[in-house]
Amino acid sequence: MMRDPGDPALFAAIARATRDALAEAEVNLPRDVIAALEQARSRERNPVARGELDQILANVALAAERNAPLCQDTGVPVVYVTLPPEIACTFSLYRAVEEGVRRATREVPLRPNVVDPLTRKNTGDNTGPGIPAVHVRPGNEFRITVLPKGAGAENVSRLGMLLPTEAGTIPRFVTETVLLAGGRPCPPVILGVGIGGTFDGAAALAKEALLLPIDSMDQYEQAICDAVNTLGIGPMGLGGDTTALAVKVRRSACHTASLPVAVNVQCWAARRASRVVEVPP
Amino acid sequence: MNLRTPLGDEVLDLRAGDRVTLSGKVYTARDEAHERMRREGIPFDPRGAAVYHCGPVVAGERILAAGPTTSARMNAFTGFLLEAGVRAIIGKGGMSPAVRELLRGRAVYLAFTGGCAVLAASRMRLSGVYYPDLGMAEAVWAIELDHLPLVVGMDAHGADLFAEVGEKAKLQFRRLSKSTEKEPA
Repeated sequence: MMRDPGDPALFAAIARATRDALAEAEVNLPRDVIAALEQARSRERNPVARGELDQILANVALAAERNAPLCQDTGVPVVYVTLPPEIACTFSLYRAVEEGVRRATREVPLRPNVVDPLTRKNTGDNTGPGIPAVHVRPGNEFRITVLPKGAGAENVSRLGMLLPTEAGTIPRFVTETVLLAGGRPCPPVILGVGIGGTFDGAAALAKEALLLPIDSMDQYEQAICDAVNTLGIGPMGLGGDTTALAVKVRRSACHTASLPVAVNVQCWAARRASRVVEVPP
Repeated sequence: MNLRTPLGDEVLDLRAGDRVTLSGKVYTARDEAHERMRREGIPFDPRGAAVYHCGPVVAGERILAAGPTTSARMNAFTGFLLEAGVRAIIGKGGMSPAVRELLRGRAVYLAFTGGCAVLAASRMRLSGVYYPDLGMAEAVWAIELDHLPLVVGMDAHGADLFAEVGEKAKLQFRRLSKSTEKEPA
């Protein structure tokens, strides 16, 4: 039987899963990100950079201990939903996710970051037209994944419509993005790279690449990551071996005459978490 | 080195790259607070003071999160503070060459690790507020610090870690670009 997210019990369960995923993401960094930070700390040769990584790791531990958000920029909520066949995709689904964001804003609490783009008036509850960004796709289980995105790193992200013959310059484009950003995105960064698709599709792929665990990289990703790290920008732009923790790439097909490339920059506080919606009987 | 406010000529001994701690009083200030202080005068005694580029999350009498904000936004509003006797600016990301020159012979820029909001809050006790009408993020909060760990990003002798790192990164990028150009397409 088809279930409608507008059904009050299901609506509440969706809001709860969204709230809980946000509460988890804001306080506890994913294990793979902590491991990458620890590994970077053990390899780092620059004493200033080692000090910065120590402070980051101390902050991660303290946030978990105090159940407090890692960073005062608690970001804007980006939400990915997988929907099994028995759950209907209705407007209520979106409303329920928004309700979860409002609850998290009050209860975690989160800093109200969402404003009108022109008047800059704050909505006060981290929702607004188009925010949270909710991306729905079919799946086997009803799962809510959140990626709260801070502004410092988002603001230095970049999209290029390269020529089809310029595939070889993609690593250069990514490295240049990090060079131009310097210390502003709070490095060490993680780079989500979207290659192909359309103008908007490349950007969406780049953000989705940030959902991938960073405990492994393929050869292509590793080569870009190594090139970025030769820049020596280091944690917070103070210099060092650790500028990027990882590069993750997602590809899609594209027009024969175009090559869209997007780089979504993520600060070290790479917050993401996921909850299965407990569907009430 | 362990520094304590009010700061004096000991800041002249610091070198870019030194790790220090700061205790004593610090005043938070972001864009709007800088603008008002310039217009109406500085509400605290600026002599030997430290100013922190930060919009904290405050709940009642407690500071929950107080990481640094990007200092470059305050580049144009910093001269009057230093001229009034402020000896340390704290923030993230560094400041402009103009500020670097203003620091010469009198003050330092101290970097605190971006995103480490809980770590900062764990070394802070709230002691007062100016301009509460500006709202939580933009008000000037007077905060008692207990050994906040910092790095000297720009010293009082013209050394600037951020600028040095940026220049080296540019050179390395040029080197990388040349080596990829040689590869056959």
